[in-house]
Amino acid sequence: MTRAVEAGLVRPPFLDVEAIEAVYGASILALHDVSLSVARGEIVALVGPNGAGKTTTLRAISNLLGAQRGALRGGTIRWQGEETRRLDPSDLVARGIVQVLEGRHVFGQLTVEENLLTGGYLRRPSRRQLAADLDRVYGWFPRLKERRSARAGLTSGGEQQMVAIGRALMTRPTLLLLDEPSMGLAPIIVAEIFAIIARLNREEGLSVLIAEQSANLVLDHADRAIVLESGRVVASGPSAELAASGRLAALYLGGADAPTRH
Amino acid sequence: MSLFLETLIGGVLAGTLYALVAIGFVLIYKASGVFNYAQGSILLFGALAFVSLKDAGVPVAGALAITVGLLIVTAIAIERLLLRPLTNRSPLTLFMATLGLSYVAEGVAQGFMGSQVRALDLGIEDLPMFLGDIMISQFDLIAAGVAALLVIALSLLFNRTRIGIQLRGVANDTLAALSLGIDINRIWQIVWAVAGLVGLVSGLLWGARQGVQFSLSLVVLKALPVLIIGGFTSIAGAIVGGVVVGAGESLAETYIGPFLGGGITPWFAYALALVFLFIRPAGLLGERQIERV
Repeated sequence: MTRAVEAGLVRPPFLDVEAIEAVYGASILALHDVSLSVARGEIVALVGPNGAGKTTTLRAISNLLGAQRGALRGGTIRWQGEETRRLDPSDLVARGIVQVLEGRHVFGQLTVEENLLTGGYLRRPSRRQLAADLDRVYGWFPRLKERRSARAGLTSGGEQQMVAIGRALMTRPTLLLLDEPSMGLAPIIVAEIFAIIARLNREEGLSVLIAEQSANLVLDHADRAIVLESGRVVASGPSAELAASGRLAALYLGGADAPTRH
Repeated sequence: MSLFLETLIGGVLAGTLYALVAIGFVLIYKASGVFNYAQGSILLFGALAFVSLKDAGVPVAGALAITVGLLIVTAIAIERLLLRPLTNRSPLTLFMATLGLSYVAEGVAQGFMGSQVRALDLGIEDLPMFLGDIMISQFDLIAAGVAALLVIALSLLFNRTRIGIQLRGVANDTLAALSLGIDINRIWQIVWAVAGLVGLVSGLLWGARQGVQFSLSLVVLKALPVLIIGGFTSIAGAIVGGVVVGAGESLAETYIGPFLGGGITPWFAYALALVFLFIRPAGLLGERQIERV
């Protein structure tokens, strides 16, 4: 197997989601049949309208469904070959999957730097390692360094998104799950954040799965996209193809030129 | 004038004891969003365990160490058997669970250690001290000093240690803490253990003053107005609230008491808390949510 992997014949398993079904409160079916995969080094976009199941899919992957009274009812999720069903969220973070929650969820009462630090303790780093991790994140988000001692709850929306991403980077992830990073932010800030994500992907090989409602924005940066609607995958493929096919626009998404659905 | 000062200082010092009790509640409320009704019972449990060990001839240091160990084990058991199965339930469910816990803790404590009043001698003599012509209780002064040390230790724990920063994160946003791989169960165990230790310290100080007995668990009822006045989410608030209640009670008893035939102390704190509920429901220093609009 390893030899086949080295020869590039078989891709090593990374993230594989197979036919998952998720429910909230034991009765509300949120995902019917979602399958997707992310390969190492890829940026994959998960697009679809509000309520399509993007957040549920991400939380199923990071095992955070339980915290929202949700549960996985069927299907399997494998992370680097290992089934994740029985793992705690903290086990998954330790294995390299970290999620940036929709709506940012910064610790408003903590300072920017304390927020970042909360992400850094998992691996019990030495003081020096921790400082190095912090410097690395400040390198990606210089603006956070200037605001390091400000209370996170009092920073701007864009800064909070950076705190949320930076905090997740402190866990040294291999796969970053980003839930609606553009939510409520000015286009120029969104562009800045996407550019940083793209650079993290290029320069550090970070794999990213981004859920986004505004598809045309994220498709510019993603290698592939998966389209969700009402808890099902309705289309998928390379982003360029999807964007060119006009299928996305026909499905409901995107800019002002999207036709209405009826 | 000296009567006024004496009353005020006496009240403030007594108030630090209220504050100490209230801090135990604040810790748990902040980290797990529960008003822990059992805090008083745990306080009684700690004090009773210490007195029983001491009466059985165990030296003070040993008795203290064993009691601390017991409280830590209790905290872990509470998290495992009570909090973890009830994760994501409504705050009211959790509150009811702590109500049940308080009966269990009291029952266990009295079952093993009896229900008679035990005298607790901490070796602090309660001699009055004179500052000019103002009389101050030496015991109260020492108790206030202990409370101050404890508060300094707690604030170092929260602001300077890894555990403390994670703990404040959990208190602020549990889901976000989970998403970062913070071990919430361990944090809860630590918080409940720390709250138990704060309870022990306040239980010993109260117990030394009025004997260790069942009614010690009723200090909960004193803590409630303190929390309403100071704010449920702030340790500084608990201190300010405690001092306000202590000083208020003491001044009211001396100056308003004679007109009402005395007996003000039992209800004064509640009347004051009621006023605060009308004008400042988050308490003096309670954290109001920071929200962007």
